[in-house]
Amino acid sequence: MSVAPTLAPVLEDAARAALGGVVDPELDEPITDLGFVRLLAVDGHDVVVHLRLPTSFCSPSFAYLMASDAKDALTALPWTRRVVVELDDHHDSDLINAGLAADAGYRGTFRHEAEQDLEGLRTTFRRKAHTAAMERCLTALLRTQPERHVTSLGLVTLADLPPGEHTDALRRRRAALGLPDEPDALVMVDHDGRGYPPEEVPLRLRRARSTRISIDGNAHFCRGLLRTRYPGSETDQTPRADDPAFIPLTALQTHKEHTS
Amino acid sequence: MYTKDGESYFIVDAHVALWDARPENQRNIHGKQFIDCFYDYHRNLSPESEVWSYDEYLYQGGERLMKDLFEDGYVDHAIFQPAYLNEFYNTGFGQSEEASALAKAHPDKLTYNHNFDPRNGEEGLDRLRADAERFGLKGVKLYTAEWHGDSRGWKLDDPWARRYFEVCREVGITNIHVHKGPTIRPLDRDAFDVADIDHVASDFTDLNFIVEHVGLPRLEDFCWIATQEPNVHGGLAVAMPFMHTRPRYFAQILGELLYWIGEDRIQFASDYAIWTPKWLVERFVDFQIPEDMTEYAPITTAQKRKILGLNAAKMYDLDVPADLRLPGAGEPDTGPRQPERADLAKV
Repeated sequence: MSVAPTLAPVLEDAARAALGGVVDPELDEPITDLGFVRLLAVDGHDVVVHLRLPTSFCSPSFAYLMASDAKDALTALPWTRRVVVELDDHHDSDLINAGLAADAGYRGTFRHEAEQDLEGLRTTFRRKAHTAAMERCLTALLRTQPERHVTSLGLVTLADLPPGEHTDALRRRRAALGLPDEPDALVMVDHDGRGYPPEEVPLRLRRARSTRISIDGNAHFCRGLLRTRYPGSETDQTPRADDPAFIPLTALQTHKEHTS
Repeated sequence: MYTKDGESYFIVDAHVALWDARPENQRNIHGKQFIDCFYDYHRNLSPESEVWSYDEYLYQGGERLMKDLFEDGYVDHAIFQPAYLNEFYNTGFGQSEEASALAKAHPDKLTYNHNFDPRNGEEGLDRLRADAERFGLKGVKLYTAEWHGDSRGWKLDDPWARRYFEVCREVGITNIHVHKGPTIRPLDRDAFDVADIDHVASDFTDLNFIVEHVGLPRLEDFCWIATQEPNVHGGLAVAMPFMHTRPRYFAQILGELLYWIGEDRIQFASDYAIWTPKWLVERFVDFQIPEDMTEYAPITTAQKRKILGLNAAKMYDLDVPADLRLPGAGEPDTGPRQPERADLAKV
């Protein structure tokens, strides 16, 4: 079975799009935006991918999750036949690559170091990603509605959020946790969808903010380290979406005056 | 001591190392990977003028350390926090003999902390007792992702670790510096999770737990446990140099820390030789929360003086000149501070 040469770029695009669905759970960003895909080669129905990370000592569990998710995503494409995913320059490269090649799974790869699976780990970081996305939306709302009292944030619904990147991101994170998407659904909820009484709202927002700062900070650090480790990799990185914390409040207010 | 604009600061660098990562000391590829990772931290976050060559970075030696810290770096006292990493380096990464000899020669300037590994069982308990006596230990540095045979990590609330903390009590080791790494056993859970620190801090209330890198990459989890445990402190190693590359991010880290744990439990550290203290001290004294970040109060000179040295001096019972001392903040030991500032709408 051969593939027409004109089809090759289309398949490569499809493979890259599939990799775009693979997320670094800790940083809550696609590996394609982070510059973690070092090489993508499509030859007929065969795909070879090499991944790279910011340091040799990035967590092996996260490294494995991303690499095995990448392999799964490519294998799931209807046209792929042989899929090879390899992790480069990591302290566990040999272990992880052997596990991936043999489709050994998490336990088969890490043997005595693995107990059950990595689903709990994945869930923890999906929840953190949701918390951070929620804080971004609510803080942005506070900054554009200075008259609003913070405790009223506990009553904000999806319909109250302005359309845009932050709201879209929140809805995706909610979907990942199985939270409702109806316009009247509360925004400020825990991972089980429970809201908070007004007196708890300020502290919950503070906690959510520290989660968001932590994730944003890690993302900046990891992106910078990748660029230092692999000169030229900056061209493979898509700038991280603006987060409201880095937009000066004064700038937002000025903007508001101009538009009102 | 550092003086600027009429203010003097007593400087304690609470996390320094004297390492040897030269090729002849590397046991395997991981020794090279480890120092390369450190060198990338160094290159990525240092101002260009402060970047060392790779060869300089592999090993500094005591003489250079003394110059970088005490002649050039304004440091009054520094604390060795050696990482063992015996699986990566023949004589370990942190050079215990050289560092402890240096501390012995300059007791006014240097404190030597050592390490232990609970996976050494009974034998390790005896060694800890002997080390405590030999080095006169007040503190230990623990790296939870240390490799040890077929194990690549441990948790502070493992039963054997608790036995080591009991010995710490017995021999007068009060300051437990904890550095989380990428591996624990099993790998199923988040290796950087700080819940185990929470557990032991509750059970060993007479020990101080200093969480290095202020819990990064899990700042939020660290802040939360530290509000509940008055004996949990934050070390600023690795967070400091963000002042240069990402000052607005550093402002948020510091703002969060001051909010959640307060000014009395944060310690300055350069993480020498990953970075040098001179530029960090200078910039920290000049640092201020950007005006538009109205969710955080401005940092006061008194807070800077505590963070740069007085907090660690208190913990290590160092002799601080009378005119450089400050009283405690007089706020509750735990719990979020400035709760009214949680309300952004008021700004």
